[in-house]
Amino acid sequence: MRQHLFSVLLIPFFLLLARQVPSGNEILEKVDRNMVSATKTVVSKMVIRGRRESRTIEAKSWQRGTSETFTECLAPAREKGTKMLKLKDMLWTYSPSTDRTILVSGHMLRQSVMGSDLSYEDMMEDPRLPNLYSATITTEETMIGRPCWVLDLVAKKEDIAYHGRKIWIDKTRYVVLKENLYAKSGKLLKTMEVRDVMEVQNRWVAKSLLFKDVLKDGEGTEFQVVALEFDPAIPAYIFSKAALKK
Amino acid sequence: MIVFLLKGLVRDRSRSLFPIVIVATGVMLTVFLHAYIHGAITIMIQSAAHYSTGHVRVMTKAYSEEADQVPNDCALLGIDTVIVELRRRFPDLRWTPRIKFGGLLDIPDDRGETRAQVPVFGFAADLLSPESPEWKVLNIHQAIVRGRVPQKRGEIVIADELAQTLNVSPGQTATLISSTMHGSMAVSNFTVAGTVRFGVAAMDRGTMIADLADIQQALDMETGAGEILGFFPDDVYHDDRATTMSAEFNGRNSEPANEFSLVMGTLRTESGMAEYLDLVGMFSGIIIGIFVIAMSIVLWNAGLTGSLRRYGEIGLRLAMGEEKGHVYRTMLAESLMIGCFGSLLGTAIGLAMAYYLQVEGFDFGSIMKNSTMMISDVIRAKITPFTFVIGFLPGLIATFLGTAISGIGIYKRQTAQLFKELEA
Repeated sequence: MRQHLFSVLLIPFFLLLARQVPSGNEILEKVDRNMVSATKTVVSKMVIRGRRESRTIEAKSWQRGTSETFTECLAPAREKGTKMLKLKDMLWTYSPSTDRTILVSGHMLRQSVMGSDLSYEDMMEDPRLPNLYSATITTEETMIGRPCWVLDLVAKKEDIAYHGRKIWIDKTRYVVLKENLYAKSGKLLKTMEVRDVMEVQNRWVAKSLLFKDVLKDGEGTEFQVVALEFDPAIPAYIFSKAALKK
Repeated sequence: MIVFLLKGLVRDRSRSLFPIVIVATGVMLTVFLHAYIHGAITIMIQSAAHYSTGHVRVMTKAYSEEADQVPNDCALLGIDTVIVELRRRFPDLRWTPRIKFGGLLDIPDDRGETRAQVPVFGFAADLLSPESPEWKVLNIHQAIVRGRVPQKRGEIVIADELAQTLNVSPGQTATLISSTMHGSMAVSNFTVAGTVRFGVAAMDRGTMIADLADIQQALDMETGAGEILGFFPDDVYHDDRATTMSAEFNGRNSEPANEFSLVMGTLRTESGMAEYLDLVGMFSGIIIGIFVIAMSIVLWNAGLTGSLRRYGEIGLRLAMGEEKGHVYRTMLAESLMIGCFGSLLGTAIGLAMAYYLQVEGFDFGSIMKNSTMMISDVIRAKITPFTFVIGFLPGLIATFLGTAISGIGIYKRQTAQLFKELEA
C-alpha cells in the first residue's frame, strides 16, 4: 500500500519534470523562431585571417524568408560591387569588372566564400535545422557564462554537407553559442563559436562569431554583425537576377 | 696473314655469313634501342622542363611542400627583386616567372549568360616582354592551330581540343572563373587570340595560357608568381650543376621558421622523375649487358657448330703440324674480323633506323590521350656521338668471347687420334 502511494505521488512529479525539459527538436524550433523572420537586412564585416595577412570584407544582405538572399559587397575596393543572389537552391554571383553573372554550381559550391572559412555550400543550406536534422539533448554546459543545452544533431537525409552537428544553445535566449560540424565519418570539419550576443527587436542574436574550417590553415574567419533589422520592407525586385547588374 | 684469313671468310660464306648476320642484328638492336630510349628520356625531360618545372625552380617553402596542388596563397611575392638576385648569382641561366592555376572557362552567350563551361588548367607566363624566353620555351608560335599568338594584354590562347568542346573561335570572349591568392572567387574576361596544340595529351585536353600580368591582376597577386623557373642556356638539363646550384641556394636562404622563405628545386626532384630516370638509366645498362651475354652465348653456340663442321679442317691442320695455339689464334682473328664487320653493318643499319625515327617520330597520341604526364605524344629517337659506338664494342666482344669459348675444344684434340679420325 505504501509502495503504491509512493508511486502515485512520484509519477506526477517526474511527469512535471519531463514537461520542463523540452525535447531537442522543440529547442531547435525555438532557435528558429528566434532567428527567422519574414524579411531581414544585415550589414556585416567578415575578418578573414589567412596565412599571410588578414582581410576585412564588408557586405550588406537582404533576406526574404530562408530561401532568398541578396548580398552586395561594400568593401574592400577589389570586391566592392560583387553581388550574390540565392534563390532557393540556385546561387548566382555577379562580378562588376566583367559584367558577368555566373551560376555557382557543382564543385564551385565547395569553394570558399571570399577566401573565408565558409563555403558557398554553407550559404545554400536551409538555416532551419529541424528540416534537416533530428536532435537529442546530450548534456548541459556553460558557454560565455551562459547555461546551455548541448544537442547532437543527425541528418535526416543523405545529400547534406554536414552529416552531424553538435550545438550549444543558450537555455533562455535560444541562441546557438557554439557549433561543431562533422562529416559522415565523424571527422570534425568546421567549428563556430559565438563571442558576443546582442538583443535586436526582442530577439537575441549573435553579434560576433568565429568560423573555423578545421581542414584549412589560418586562424579562422570572424563574422561581425554591424547592423541588423528584422522585418524591414524590402522591394521585391531585389530578389531577381536583374538586380545583380544594377 | 690477315688477307689470307679474309679471303677464307669471303670464299667460305658458311664461316662468315651466319655470325655476321647475328652480330649485325644484335648491334643494330642495341644502337636503335639506345637512340630510342635516349630520345624518349630527352623528350620527357624537355617537356617536364618547358611546361612544368624548368631545369631549376624557385618558390616559397610552403608552396614547394604542396606544389602539386598549386597553392597560390603561398606564392612568391616581389618577384622582380628575386629575379634580379637570381640573375646576379646565376647569370648564365634564363629566369622566368610562371603562375599555374585551375578554374573554369566560361563562354557567355549574347545576353552574357553561361553558354558553355569547362574546367581548365592554366599557366601564365611572360608573353609580352620582348626579352622573354617563353616564346622559345613554350613553342607557342609552332603550336598555333587557329588564330594567332597573344599580342596584347587580355589575350589568351587555349588548347584547340578545348576550343572545339566550348565551340569558341579566335576573337571571342572567354571568362576565367578561378580563385585569387586570398581564396576569393576571381572572375576575369579574356579574348581568345588563338588555339594551340602542344602534342602533349595532358595539356591539349584543357589548357589555357595567358600573360603573367593579366593573371597577376585576375588572381590578386600583383608582383607575385607561383614559381620562377630557370633554364640552362643550351636547354639541356645538367643534373650535377642543378643539384649544386640548389644546395648552394637553399643553404643561403634556409629559414626553418619562415614558411615563405625561398627554396630551389631541381627538375629531377620537382618533376617526380628521379626514380624513373634512374630506372631508365639502369635499364639501358641492363639491355646492353643482356645483349653482350646473349650474343656471346649465341656465337659460342655458332662457334661450336662451326667447329664441328670444321672438325675435319682443324684436324687436318693439326695433322700437318700447325700448332694448336696458331689454329686458336687464327680463329680468334677471324672472329675479330667478323665482329668488326658485323658491328659496322649493325651500327649503320641501327643508325639509319634511329635517324628515321628521329625525323618522323612515333605518335603515341591515341595511347596517351588520358595521360596526365607532361610528355609529348610523339616520341623521337635521338642520335648522339655515343650512339655511334654503343653497339660496336659489345658486337666485337661477343663474337670474340663466343669463339674463344668454343675454340678451347682445339686443345682437347689428341694428335695420336687425328689420322684415325681422318681415315674415318
